[in-house]
Amino acid sequence: MNVKDQVIAIIAEQALLEPSDVTLDSTPSDLGIDSLGLVEAIFAIEETFDISVPFNANDPTEGDFDISSVAKIIEGIEKLKAGQAA
Amino acid sequence: MKRVVITGAGTINALGFDVADTFKAMREGRCGIGPLEFRDVDRLAIKIGGQVHGYEPEAHFNRQQLSLYDRFTQFTLLAARQAMEQSGLEFHGELADRSGVILGNSGGGLNTQDENFRAVYEDGKNRVHPFVVPKLMNNAAASHVSMEFNLRGPTFTVATACASSNHAMGQAYQMVRSGMAPVMITGGSESMLCFGGVKAWEGLRVMSKDACRPFCATRNGMVQGEGAGVFVFEDYDHARARGADILAEVVGFAMSSDAADIVMPSKAGAARAISGALKDGKIAKERISYINAHGTGTAANDKTECAAVADVFGAHADSLMMSSTKSMHGHLIGGTGAVELLACIMALKDGIIAPTIGYQEHDPECALDVVPNEAREATVDVVMSNAFAFGGLNAVIALARV
Repeated sequence: MNVKDQVIAIIAEQALLEPSDVTLDSTPSDLGIDSLGLVEAIFAIEETFDISVPFNANDPTEGDFDISSVAKIIEGIEKLKAGQAA
Repeated sequence: MKRVVITGAGTINALGFDVADTFKAMREGRCGIGPLEFRDVDRLAIKIGGQVHGYEPEAHFNRQQLSLYDRFTQFTLLAARQAMEQSGLEFHGELADRSGVILGNSGGGLNTQDENFRAVYEDGKNRVHPFVVPKLMNNAAASHVSMEFNLRGPTFTVATACASSNHAMGQAYQMVRSGMAPVMITGGSESMLCFGGVKAWEGLRVMSKDACRPFCATRNGMVQGEGAGVFVFEDYDHARARGADILAEVVGFAMSSDAADIVMPSKAGAARAISGALKDGKIAKERISYINAHGTGTAANDKTECAAVADVFGAHADSLMMSSTKSMHGHLIGGTGAVELLACIMALKDGIIAPTIGYQEHDPECALDVVPNEAREATVDVVMSNAFAFGGLNAVIALARV
């Protein structure tokens, strides 16, 4: 599985949806993921990709990690993977 | 119903080793939060806390005691000794049989668990000290207080996360008020500042890496603290008859459950606890001039708490003061309500309102007078202290000047 499919699988599991229901332009709240669900999804992302995601539930927009859509999340992970592998 | 007064207080926390030092720090708006010091702290993302530094257990307890007392029990006993000394009470006969101890605590002996899990899992040892269980159980502190002071009546521990101490003090209040017990030792303690304790909190992503700034627009989370606050709640007639010094009167208490979400706070649940405490004490809302806020410094708590206060107090919300001393001593979780009750006692007794320090920028969602950065002199007659726990469990206690 590539990063995109893995992320969609994680988000789908969190949202109790089929991966086919998760589109790239969905936002976490479109999918019914609340702040606690988001924290859990980010944990799964960190474990899956062995990266550390800067995310503070008090201010989700504070870090560099953009969670505004599935596509942005995938983009952020690609960036972190490249940066943290180096 | 009996009137209930506070005739003794004791504490140890990041601001001081007793009540006088804690009051002084609160007056000065001193911050007790700083770099954490314990094993493996370098593996944490959150490296600050309101830790008690410079404390030497061996100066207060012998070797045998230390093999039974986790750090949370040590803190509790030190605070209880101060409170008992101030009250001047000694327990014998019927007074001892009817008086007890109710303490709040959430994590129990988390340092003991951490050390011993490390021994068996990480170090591969197959043997632990024989007293691990009696040391880590979260009723250990209440039991040791009962043993040290011969309190033989109702004694137990209340665990409702961040509201534990307020729930405990509410129970103690109701027992004395109903005449069930002439005296109750109450309050709470916590000591979660160890690798496993902070690592668990880190996972929730609600902790700040730099400071606890309640109600401030730039707030970015909570900061943990540790310590204990212990009080002597006594039947007013009993206290008067023996000529005891009275610090304050407990005049109202209420609790509620949000029945909604395991971590997100609810305005309605908080408001029901606040208005319930007013109703319980038959207190006109205009008489409340200071609230010690739950004020954790998280985005969700602070705006919800301000909205709940605005709902209950209406226009009067704009003329009362509400500060969060967590900005100074951190969030003591199960012990927090007890240490925060000290700010209420200071307000009533000394006429000094403890500030919310670290305040930088106004947040329109927290538009109350949060006593930013500097303590203030004010004569106040009735005050209250909020505690709203994870699990949606709320407990609010009101005190008055005697």
